[in-house]
Amino acid sequence: MESLSNKKKQLTVKPLNFLERAYLPAIVSGLAITMKHFFKKPVTIQYPEQKREFSENFRGMHSLKRDENGAERCTACGLCALSCPAEAITMQAAERQKGEENLYREEKYAAVYEINMLRCIFCGLCEEACPKEAIYLDGDIVPSDYLRKDFIYGKDKLVEAPLNQ
Amino acid sequence: MELADIAIKFGLIIIIFLISLVIAMYSTYAERKIAAFFQDRVGPNRAGPWGILQPLADGGKMFLKEEIIPTNATPFLFIVGPSLAILTACIGSAVIPWGQNMVIGGKVIPLQVTDINVGILYIFGVVSLGVYGVMIGGWASNNKYSLLGAIRAASQNISYEISMGLSIIALLLVTGTLSLGEIAQQQHGWHWNVLYQPVGFILFLICAFAETNRTPFDLPECETELVGGYHTEYSSMKLGFYLFAEYINMFISSAVMATLYFGGYNYPGMDWVTAHLGPIAGPLIGTAVFFAKIFLFIFFFMWVRWTIPRFRYDQLMDLGWKILIPLAIANIVVTGVVITLLN
Ligand code: SF4
Ligand code: SF4
Repeated sequence: MESLSNKKKQLTVKPLNFLERAYLPAIVSGLAITMKHFFKKPVTIQYPEQKREFSENFRGMHSLKRDENGAERCTACGLCALSCPAEAITMQAAERQKGEENLYREEKYAAVYEINMLRCIFCGLCEEACPKEAIYLDGDIVPSDYLRKDFIYGKDKLVEAPLNQ
Repeated sequence: MELADIAIKFGLIIIIFLISLVIAMYSTYAERKIAAFFQDRVGPNRAGPWGILQPLADGGKMFLKEEIIPTNATPFLFIVGPSLAILTACIGSAVIPWGQNMVIGGKVIPLQVTDINVGILYIFGVVSLGVYGVMIGGWASNNKYSLLGAIRAASQNISYEISMGLSIIALLLVTGTLSLGEIAQQQHGWHWNVLYQPVGFILFLICAFAETNRTPFDLPECETELVGGYHTEYSSMKLGFYLFAEYINMFISSAVMATLYFGGYNYPGMDWVTAHLGPIAGPLIGTAVFFAKIFLFIFFFMWVRWTIPRFRYDQLMDLGWKILIPLAIANIVVTGVVITLLN
């Protein structure tokens, strides 16, 4: 019966001829292919010394931003922690005291802010959730380490360097 | 035999032993580098310049790993297995002629540990002993994967030894001697046996791959089906011995192939070089040429390994029994007829 689309094609499996059954010609052509690769330039990038160029929207290590006066932007609202699918973020809020206005932009700030880099999947949802534009995943690849506890990054590693330094 | 002769022999044995160990060590490095180049990578390059210390690092790692003997294994045989494998791998080099006789101070020093008149048979004996290491180890592990690997190794070696022996018989018709030293001498000039026995050489080459358990015949350690094959249960240096034995075997079978078919230490223009450089440097160049041939073969072993996928088990048996053996027998008949007609 004629098929509707006329795209049907009858396939036949040809029996192997003598040369194909003898393996050897196929093996020789295979050897030629690998030999061609032997003289090709390796595509390896020697990672710690060399780096592949990252895309512009590469998501790396988080950094907690400061505003134009050098005060920390984060107000410890917890939206980032709430949005995080990996539950990687924890924080403790504290109230800003008198005289600390140059340190913290809002009246409430994060006294402790920790991201567990082993849990984090670098999805960037915290960045999207933040109403204060306080967190960005604009850093490098998170470096390797020996102990699990060393992957819990506190404010010492996350907060941007102060402005005038 | 004088004391000096014994000392010379002893020194030669030690040198050959060390050379084969070092070559086996650096074969692992070469294997990894060559594999990398075939796959457009760079390979190990962190331990020392260009990763040249990698074998030492690997060896150190092997020694320091925990030594595990499974509860249900037979401890004695479990240890005998790898020991036998490395022992048989090492003694094969005794009959290989590494070079022409050297003359130092009027004294003739043969660069061959012993030129027994049944050298080829000796090699065969050693090669077939080699499979016992694998078999005993796999069986003593008391693990079904190891056992399967061991059985595969045994059946594969038996099947391919037959065609290897048959391909050698055709060679013996041409050479008329079993001594490896004499065979190497006969190939002086351009009388390389590969020119008289091309089919025999290809058969021998294929069987050598099978006997050394190299890809495409590495079914005894087929990871996809058998975890690690016969050495699944092995750890630490006992595993190291198995892996090491494979590389020594590769070196020895390359040396045997170079001796039997590719003229051993002979190279074109050899007489001229020996006449001009004297009886010490001349043979040494011959030895260097011999090693170059060996390295080419080792490279070929690796090249094939990183090109061809593993055979299926039934294909392996088909190839061994239905193709190689008939071909080898036909080769004997043709060789015999041609020799009779020419005489
Ligand atoms: S990048 Fe994703 S997973 Fe990582 S901390 Fe932010 S929200 Fe959580
Ligand atoms: S980083 Fe942004 S979202 Fe997270 S607590 Fe601070 S202000 Fe809120």
